[in-house]
Amino acid sequence: MILQLITSFIASAMFCILFNTPRRTLLQCGISGMLGWMVYLLLDPHWKSVVATFFATVVVGVVSQIFARSFKMPVIIFSVGGIIPLVPGGLAYDAMRRFVEDDYTTALQAAVQAFLLSGAIATGLVLSEVLGQMFRRSKS
Amino acid sequence: MNNAESGTTYEIIDLCLLAGKIMLQNGAETYRVEDTMTRMAAALGFPGAHSYVTPTVIMFTTSRTEQPKLFRIEERTTDLQKVAEVNDISRCLSQRQITSAQARERLALVDDAAHAYSVWLQIMAAALAGGCFTIIFKGSFWDALPALFVSGLGYASVVYLQRLVQIKFFAELTASALIGLLSFLFVQAGIGSETDKIIIGSVMPLVPGLLITNAVRDLMAGHLISGLSKGAEAFLTAFAIGTGIGLVLSFVS
Repeated sequence: MILQLITSFIASAMFCILFNTPRRTLLQCGISGMLGWMVYLLLDPHWKSVVATFFATVVVGVVSQIFARSFKMPVIIFSVGGIIPLVPGGLAYDAMRRFVEDDYTTALQAAVQAFLLSGAIATGLVLSEVLGQMFRRSKS
Repeated sequence: MNNAESGTTYEIIDLCLLAGKIMLQNGAETYRVEDTMTRMAAALGFPGAHSYVTPTVIMFTTSRTEQPKLFRIEERTTDLQKVAEVNDISRCLSQRQITSAQARERLALVDDAAHAYSVWLQIMAAALAGGCFTIIFKGSFWDALPALFVSGLGYASVVYLQRLVQIKFFAELTASALIGLLSFLFVQAGIGSETDKIIIGSVMPLVPGLLITNAVRDLMAGHLISGLSKGAEAFLTAFAIGTGIGLVLSFVS
């Protein structure tokens, strides 16, 4: 578990270097990635992975909103790093590989799963944004 | 602020288009580009401006009578630092902290700026990320070690090949074929046990996971054209990676 958290932190922060986020946000990107992955790991054994991904993304989104507000930067900087461990890149690759290998049934399954997972991530991000807007309106 | 102070209409359109172009080229979301452009126009005295943004073109007009201007986008990368800076410039402009001339100067600087991290640092980052992803995907430490090398080399080759050949598809295909081959060789040499785990970790820096998610997000926000074209781009990349790996694996196994 601890190893998973450390690796997800490093992976998210390293991806932020690839995406060229400002230097002083690398730590926050790593933290949001780690928190998202932690929620995913906690939920995954109990619920379906789509649901776990959804809730993990909501957490990433909320954390990114908080960071974005306190650093006065676009939310995308923090959410990009945060969702990297959750993104179904491995599945998308797996689906394509099965297609190339003529194994269509497994390929379609993986492709549909990857699509659903990215849907869950997108929904989670939108929901956290809506939550943020509601919070701001209720304050003012 | 009236028009005489902030320059001619043409200059203002140009300023907004430049801001939009930088943001779109560097991976900002569609709605953010549109929002920033109309906000900047409003701050410069055109509250009724409209913008329409897709991944390949920006269209912008300040009013119903004005002819719309368009800007074609040919290259897209991810450079979030530039997005953040344009965002900051637009914020300062809205709060009247800088003039349009200062904004133009700052935007030109941002446009010309190079990637803040050196290529070597990026390759190291890709290597570390690949190694970590192998562990995240429940691979063992002995698989992470070869993944470290393979993903670094894979990322380096995609950067190099993209400069050599202009077509992204071939760069990605060749790089992933290289990743497949190297992972196979490492396992054959006794370093690492599961080829699959090494490959999955190593292709992560190339995989268009973010693009897929952005595509779905655009579709949900009602930006149908953006969503579909980003989806197509992501599909092509995934196809290139799958083909590259599949090609090698069908030869060696």
